[in-house]
Amino acid sequence: MLEIKDLYVRYGGIEAVQGVSMSIPHGSIVTLIGANGAGKSSIIRSVAGLNKTISGQIQFRRHVGDEPVSLMGLKPESMVLNGIALSPEGRRILPHLTVRENLALGAYSRSNKKEIEDDMEWVYSLFPRLKERSWQKGGTLSGGEQQMLAVGRALMSRPDLLMLDEPSLGLAPLLVKEIFAIIRKINEDGKTVLLVEQNAYAALSIANFAYILEVGRVVLSGPGRELLENPKVKEAYLGG
Amino acid sequence: MGFEMFLQHCFNALTLGSLYALIAIGYTMVYGILRLINFAHGDILMVGAYFIFFGTFAFGWPWGVAAILSILAAGLLGVLIDRVAYRPLRDAPRISALISAIAMSFFIESVAVVVFTGQPRPVQQPAWLTNAWQFGDLRVTHLAAFVPGITIILVCLLLYIVYRTKPGLAMRAISKDIETTRLLGVKVDNIIALTFGLGSALAAAAGIMWALRYPQVHPYMGVMPGLKAFIAAVFGGIGSIEGAVLGGLVIGFVEIMAVAFMPELSSYRDAFAFLILVLVLLVKPTGLLGEKIEEKI
Repeated sequence: MLEIKDLYVRYGGIEAVQGVSMSIPHGSIVTLIGANGAGKSSIIRSVAGLNKTISGQIQFRRHVGDEPVSLMGLKPESMVLNGIALSPEGRRILPHLTVRENLALGAYSRSNKKEIEDDMEWVYSLFPRLKERSWQKGGTLSGGEQQMLAVGRALMSRPDLLMLDEPSLGLAPLLVKEIFAIIRKINEDGKTVLLVEQNAYAALSIANFAYILEVGRVVLSGPGRELLENPKVKEAYLGG
Repeated sequence: MGFEMFLQHCFNALTLGSLYALIAIGYTMVYGILRLINFAHGDILMVGAYFIFFGTFAFGWPWGVAAILSILAAGLLGVLIDRVAYRPLRDAPRISALISAIAMSFFIESVAVVVFTGQPRPVQQPAWLTNAWQFGDLRVTHLAAFVPGITIILVCLLLYIVYRTKPGLAMRAISKDIETTRLLGVKVDNIIALTFGLGSALAAAAGIMWALRYPQVHPYMGVMPGLKAFIAAVFGGIGSIEGAVLGGLVIGFVEIMAVAFMPELSSYRDAFAFLILVLVLLVKPTGLLGEKIEEKI
């Protein structure tokens, strides 16, 4: 679905990503793991069109068998039209808008009201707590609820590729478990997921395939379960 | 001062305050979204007034038609100003856009002097606006009811757009987080253009009513109302539409009442608004209804 080849990302004089290649097959959960500043977010933001100073190739095939389209140089606002949605790092929900309005904004590029309403119900069924709070302002939600809203909002564009930037950030372990169970469910519903995480254990547990990044380079890759057993990964990312 | 006289002043203040409110809305909306003071905003008022002057006087159109066309044309002008003066500077430091705004203001004024000449021109007031109701000593012109009436209608229309429509939702989102809004598929530049268009249309509506109330047009007529409306927007809490309306009314009342109660200070009439600005900035810089703006890290 998504093919990244030889991606470089520069900020000023710093090369945050140095020649990364990776592949996300249709229907999979692929995770990108690494410490702060390893370049995970830079990659995901490049796919979303938020980084301008990048080189390499990013090619996207919405459905199996489609001609690949290059995402290089596309504006972030056109990504949802291609079928890509990002739930950004730090959730970035709009605190002064209601839960409902946040979700409606996620469907901004769509016009079929019936379908939008159906998807909203679907998001509410994934996250019943959002339904209870639908008229509450986003800023009054707890951290976990805000994360649910950010994921739900990304789903409202009806994407085929859902990118999640650190959905576990700042959440209690129980909530992380809950969110990850829902991510798996979303994947079972047919969405391909690209998951950026620092919480290696949670991410590797649900991922079909994983890439481990260190200072802008892929240092290790393999199926999630395999990496979970890898002694080097255990030592560096899973606390021995 | 008799009670009738006081009521008379209240009507005057309401009219003037309504006009400030309409202009202030444009400042506050643009600031809310771009954190930019659009200094050319007052000049849109002037252009709107000239449009109606030419529409009714030179082309002989009916007032209603000329007013609607003027408002539309001014709205488009607002969009154009954003396109040439601000959009190319979207990623530049904020000070660059501010300087561009000041330049745009002088540019519009200078073009107006060249095209329209600097000579003030009298505006023919239609009789249905200058007629008045007489209640004892109290004389209320139809204009004094017309201006607040139109203002209420326009403000309601605007609030409907901002709070009940899809582009309005996008506007409110952009004002908090432009990048995230963009990620969700909102064509941000179009929404910003719409914001300029709406603000400019309201300024033109104010300009038309200004020209009816003080029946003349000249190239610098937008400067002082523009500045005072800006103060109104700051006083109300810049970024807040409700605040701009409230601020406009307060500035209108202060200006009229200060002169009414202290006629010996009438030559300082313009100073009161600026005095309020100084006090607001000293005491409550966020204004009446403004939120504290956190610097984004």
